[in-house]
Amino acid sequence: MIAPAYAVALAVGLPLIGCLAVWLLDKSPNWREAATIITGVILLALSVTVFAAVGEGQRPGYVLFDVIDGLPIAFQAEPLGAMFGVIASGLWLVNSIYSIGYMRGGNEKHQTRFYMCFMVAIAAAMGVAYAANLFTLFIFYEILTLSTFPLVTHKGDDNARRGGRVYLGLLLATSIGLFLPAIVWTYAIAETTDFAVGGILSSHREAVAPIAGVLLALYAFGIGKAALMPIHSWLPNAMVAPTPVSAFLHAVAVVKAGVFCILKVAVYVFGIDLIQGSSAADVFMWIAAGSILLASIIAMNQDNLKARLAYSTVSQLSYVTLGAMLATSMGVMGGATQIAAHALGKITLFMCAGAIYVAHHKTLVSELRGMGRIMPFTFAAFFIGSLSIIGLPPMAGSWPKFFLMLGAAEAGERLIIVVLMISSILNVVYLLSIPVQAFLKARPGEPHAFEGGWYDGPRYDAGDAAPARPPRTAIAEAPLFCLVPIGITAAGALVLFFLMDPLYDYLTPLMAGGSS
Amino acid sequence: MDGWFEFVLARYNYWIVIVLMMTGLYIVFARGNLVKKVVGLTVFQTSVFIFYITIGKVAGGTAPIYIGGELDHGDGHGKGQGHGEDAGHGEGAGRGEGESLHAVPEGEAANVLSGEHGEETLASKIDNLPANDLKAALESLDPAPGPAETPSLHEPPEGDLGKISNDALIDTSKPEPAPGFDLAREVHGGAANALDAAAAHGEIIYTNPLPHVLILTAIVVGVSTTAVALALAVRIREAYGTIEEDELEALNEMAEFGHTLGPAGARG
Amino acid sequence: MNLIAQLPALAIITPLICAPITIVLPRGRAPWVWATIVSWLTFAVCILLLREVAAGGEISYHLGDWPPPLGIEYRIDLANALVLVLVSGIAAVVFPAAYRSVKPEIDPRQSTFFYCAMLICLTGLIGVTITGDAFNIFVFLEISSLSTYALVAMGARRDRRALTAAFNYLVMGTIGATFFVIGIGLLYQATGTLNLADMKQLLAGQTSRVVDAGFAFIVVGIGLKLAIFPLHLWLPNAYTYAPTAVSAFIAATATKVAVYVLIRFLFTVFGFDFSFMGAAFTWVFLPLGIVGMFIASLVAVFQDDVKRMLAYSSVAQIGYMLLGLSFATVEGLAAALVHVFNHALMKGALFMAVACVVLRAGSHSIQAFAGLSQRMPITTWAFVLSGLSLIGVPLTVGFISKWYLLEAAFAAGHGYASFLIVASSLIAVVYVGRVAELMLLRPPAQEGPYVLPKRDAPLSMLIPMWVLVAANIYFGIRADFTGDIARRAAEALMLAAGGAP
Repeated sequence: MIAPAYAVALAVGLPLIGCLAVWLLDKSPNWREAATIITGVILLALSVTVFAAVGEGQRPGYVLFDVIDGLPIAFQAEPLGAMFGVIASGLWLVNSIYSIGYMRGGNEKHQTRFYMCFMVAIAAAMGVAYAANLFTLFIFYEILTLSTFPLVTHKGDDNARRGGRVYLGLLLATSIGLFLPAIVWTYAIAETTDFAVGGILSSHREAVAPIAGVLLALYAFGIGKAALMPIHSWLPNAMVAPTPVSAFLHAVAVVKAGVFCILKVAVYVFGIDLIQGSSAADVFMWIAAGSILLASIIAMNQDNLKARLAYSTVSQLSYVTLGAMLATSMGVMGGATQIAAHALGKITLFMCAGAIYVAHHKTLVSELRGMGRIMPFTFAAFFIGSLSIIGLPPMAGSWPKFFLMLGAAEAGERLIIVVLMISSILNVVYLLSIPVQAFLKARPGEPHAFEGGWYDGPRYDAGDAAPARPPRTAIAEAPLFCLVPIGITAAGALVLFFLMDPLYDYLTPLMAGGSS
Repeated sequence: MDGWFEFVLARYNYWIVIVLMMTGLYIVFARGNLVKKVVGLTVFQTSVFIFYITIGKVAGGTAPIYIGGELDHGDGHGKGQGHGEDAGHGEGAGRGEGESLHAVPEGEAANVLSGEHGEETLASKIDNLPANDLKAALESLDPAPGPAETPSLHEPPEGDLGKISNDALIDTSKPEPAPGFDLAREVHGGAANALDAAAAHGEIIYTNPLPHVLILTAIVVGVSTTAVALALAVRIREAYGTIEEDELEALNEMAEFGHTLGPAGARG
Repeated sequence: MNLIAQLPALAIITPLICAPITIVLPRGRAPWVWATIVSWLTFAVCILLLREVAAGGEISYHLGDWPPPLGIEYRIDLANALVLVLVSGIAAVVFPAAYRSVKPEIDPRQSTFFYCAMLICLTGLIGVTITGDAFNIFVFLEISSLSTYALVAMGARRDRRALTAAFNYLVMGTIGATFFVIGIGLLYQATGTLNLADMKQLLAGQTSRVVDAGFAFIVVGIGLKLAIFPLHLWLPNAYTYAPTAVSAFIAATATKVAVYVLIRFLFTVFGFDFSFMGAAFTWVFLPLGIVGMFIASLVAVFQDDVKRMLAYSSVAQIGYMLLGLSFATVEGLAAALVHVFNHALMKGALFMAVACVVLRAGSHSIQAFAGLSQRMPITTWAFVLSGLSLIGVPLTVGFISKWYLLEAAFAAGHGYASFLIVASSLIAVVYVGRVAELMLLRPPAQEGPYVLPKRDAPLSMLIPMWVLVAANIYFGIRADFTGDIARRAAEALMLAAGGAP
């Protein structure tokens, strides 16, 4: 087995090699896709190696070189990063398999460019995961933004351009305009950007105290990928992207990288104690809480399936920010586990949305009534994913909410518990309604969907109509390349529920610097 | 009132510089005709030439051409004492001039002072003093510290007192006149012999050659600038058929907003 | 004869002697090849100089063996060694690309004169940088400026507006140079010396209106050459209508050299003892830097001509440099020097990319860039990468500049300035993004004047362009080289200026 320290470095470098391979194999799509999958498998193996090593208490690291004196590009795996690394690489593999089905099924153009950007993006995500200092983190954060831009604008039409403009503009503006000054400011105060357990700023308390609020605001809004309202609008705008890209943005890397950065900053830059002592954290806790509710309400009114899922992401990932700002050990734990749980749930939902689009070119929620009969597997997976997002046992998503509520109680913020409860109810409304309607409602009248003109009006009682249905209503699922990944992630959401205890233990070192 | 009038008159050369400078700048900005602009530019530059010449002028000084045989330089002055500012600057003469350059204010001071106190006193005093104390000697010789406030002319009216140096113009509030620097440095630089000699021979006074050399260079630059500017004006006339700025601007705006810039718009 | 000892003179003499030879060469490739070789030789000399200085400290070269302060001294410390390498390096990259780029842009009868003027311009820029003599600076400044006027005017073959642009540049440039020479005259009056180091010693402790006036004249004079914000009016037109290779060359070098001269006068000649320094930093350079940064960037957003857009962006970038040095700290000065270096790399690369487009499309209107990624992918990516560098995206030199500037701003207690810096670089996102989107996401024109064949620029242009792009990335990843030199140079300058080290 490869030494973990090299595995860390290789995890970032390998996808770049893969990118080259994809480029060289431009002319033979099968080999090109093989290269993608092989890279994904090796990458997953590497990240698991790192994960295991970290679990044994090691902190494998690799220093590349100094960019500026005292500011090296350096990697070091710690529990949070190792977990994010495994999630990102694992789901990226699944997502790649899925995107093969999707891209071929949809006969998309520029597939080589697509896979190349995908490679660079995962390299950047791994860089974010294993970054040993804020400087490295920022570099890979920006690479992630830039490499996903061609993915978002993949269709190349007016819509894609508009979405891409908002996506890139907002992410670059916040990161350069707020995140970068925050990092430099931190560097100016602490003279280092290396992450340290307990927080690098906590030892400069008197220098930080007067500006903690400003600095926190810079980080919270500067990390635009975390989609904290009102910096969320890039996410719905990025919906113009092909579905695998949306899945990648929402579940695998981009938003995840954002909330991961927030957690990282909270735990390793400020330190839980410092945040706890800062009144500004309360403000951001409520901003996060507001995001949770507001985004859920907006999601309810979205008819476009992907837009609904997008707002759901905004809402769900504010849980992570909320956990970071609660600044109790349980809150941080809730945030960290939410990254994992939400990833599995949301990627399932997105891949289902993509499968529906590939198979039937439907994008609106209102068009999905009755579709459950045609795509039973897809909608079953959708159902499982929804349960996980809502947080119902026995799904992985239930644990983070539990931890967060505990954390809120610990911090004495009872109102937050109420917010979490309301949010879960809203989740039920806007998510669960989709598979329920798909299975239980009849399909709305679509003259071109039926032949022969034997039916000329809406039919509300599906049960009666069943015998009379033409044979075309038979099962018509998306390609197998799409279905297998959906099955894997849906199962994953279930399995993670039972694996939460080891994950909890695994992440415990995060709290080392904390008060409780 | 009288003092004020004298104050203005005493600086007549600077007023010329300023008037020319402003006239030149005004022409550059106010005239639309390109050739007139060039004329303005030239007037503006000319003011600078006069300014430099003013700097270099020493009352009663002769042209900075080395008068052979008058001074016994000895062989102690190696090369490098002169300002090799310009290649056109004669080699041998350059050295001599270089020395006399910084000696000039001193020489002048000596001259003026000698008018006051008698040449012998000064010369002997300077001769007897260690080189480094030259400045101190000068200061001690200064009969009235007050007149340093009243600036000197380059051609001081006969009998006007206290015109130690034309360089007193530089800064009337400063206790020690600027040439002191030169002097002290020059002395320090090992040219004490020359200074002594110059002071002893007091009667040969050169104007400061360096500004002249500089301004020769600047004139060359100015001429070439004017040449390029006029050449451009000719080309502009060929291309546009006019050298009036407002008409040019109108034509340019036509090009900018009338039709887009493309290969078709290119001029053969 | 020991050539190494004569390096400082060689840096000037090589291009100066070789320039007139260009004229007698037959038309065609010969002048270009000759000029290219000369630029490479000059570059080699400058690299050797930098090595010498980095290893052995300051070099003081006495021209004609006349010792300073009377003789002319070439004085090379780290600050100007860096600028020397930069100027000659850009020349070494731009000259090879000039042939194809310039061929359709200038009158073929002028081609020999073109390379001659380029070499003279290079001589002037190097001379300004290398010399330690105030009047020498003026002379070399005018040598480079005069040749630049001629070079800008040569763009008249494509667009006659080059002539008026050159004329305006000439008027403004001459006024600037004359102001500068008045300032030197005043300083000479106060000190009796022209040697910068000597002047510094003699000025120490002097407070007189002559010196004050000299300071003001010099700052305004350099400000005109440097295109400090309200004095920048000549720059956009000159850069827009000059042959594109010339734009690339002067955009990357001329203003940088002027920045260097400003730094040299402020820190080496006047120093912090001088009463106006603090005021000049606080009330002139800082506000002008910030205002220039914003206004010029905003103006750039609304330009429909890519060259003009880049020109305004240059004015904005000069604002960063002013801001950096106005902090009056080692960090700030180092940041300004780093940005001088880095900005030359990015602007050079961007203008080279524009040169490629101009070659194929015959236009630098923004319309010509539509769908360029399908027509000229290699050029497009060069433009995009250097554009990212201009914005300040990590792993490019622009990021390094920004990092140093931000760090300096925080260290100097001007925390607010850092937000202004990033805010103005966000405007760069808009104007670079506008072109980039056009290139990457729009379909190419199907009819009209901007229909391009699917053909990238010739190798002789692509290679130099990519050398610059690679430099953009290399020095963005390994910034310790520039950062270290800039820092040491800044420390030396600050020490000389009597500021806190």
